[in-house]
Amino acid sequence: MIFELDVLILLLLIPAAVMALQIRDLLAASMAFGIYSFLMCLLWAEMGAVDVAFTEAAVGAGVSAVFLIATVYCTKRKSSD
Amino acid sequence: MMKKLAGIVVFMVGLLLFYGVSNVDDFPGWGDPDSPANASPLSQYFITDTIKDSEVPNMVTAVLADYRGYDTMFETVVIFIAGIAIFAVVRVSRNNSPVCGGNKDDEPDLIITTTCRLLVPVIQIFALYVLAHGHSSPGGGFQGGVIMGASFILVAVAWDLDTALGRFSEKAAIACAGLGIIIYAGFGLASMFYGEEFLNYGITHKLLPGVESPEMARYYGMLGVEVGVMFTVTSVMFLIYGLLSTRGRMSGGL
Repeated sequence: MIFELDVLILLLLIPAAVMALQIRDLLAASMAFGIYSFLMCLLWAEMGAVDVAFTEAAVGAGVSAVFLIATVYCTKRKSSD
Repeated sequence: MMKKLAGIVVFMVGLLLFYGVSNVDDFPGWGDPDSPANASPLSQYFITDTIKDSEVPNMVTAVLADYRGYDTMFETVVIFIAGIAIFAVVRVSRNNSPVCGGNKDDEPDLIITTTCRLLVPVIQIFALYVLAHGHSSPGGGFQGGVIMGASFILVAVAWDLDTALGRFSEKAAIACAGLGIIIYAGFGLASMFYGEEFLNYGITHKLLPGVESPEMARYYGMLGVEVGVMFTVTSVMFLIYGLLSTRGRMSGGL
């Protein structure tokens, strides 16, 4: 575990999480969600939980983001609330 | 008004969490061998005896697919149910719902299709590697299945969904999703057939050809159930993508 890298990833996680919730453009929100998942994957890999990191990379950052983008494609891109 | 109230509540909860974790001495150090999770007899057993029990170097896979086999089996069932639920909710049989997305008559882009032609076989072989190598390195049925499903999704994105359905039809996807669970449960039942508990693969060395010891039977039993998991996950991932990207029409779309 590298402390500096940990702090850097955790600091990047916060804007990614806030962006995924706050941004009006739903496509950008799904991308922010993917970024969040990828950062979590990095965090797990860096802590030595490679199996979990692998699952997060495949499911969270990969397929979930694709599902969200595919769903946004069938609705409006702008959030109304 | 409500937003401000919600903001205050979130802030208070955040403060509470910070207060909860502020006393660092309450938590064990990172990787501390004396922490409750590491010092428990169960963890020690997994670390020392996994290789003796099942000849599997990656103890995460051994815990997932053998010691905790029930859990993984019903995780697979949960994924299957998720796919079937999305199918039941989203799928429409009549084709009069509005088309979403771009023009269906657009030719697929040459650069993208050529790149995908090169990439898809590599992705699929990597998925099989992740599946087969899940015993000795990180990986396994779930990850391999998702990667395999992603390769079909890539075909659907680069060409269109009909091209992907030509290779892996909707009926085949649903059948494979069920088949995966049947494979998993079948390995469990095979060990019951020889008088052991459900999912206790050790005894299946009498059934599998070329497997002498119960340890190797556990090894191959785990591989078998991972194959089942992969079948289910691959088909459900592809099915969910197809349904979500076309508003349940399973044609046209992205």
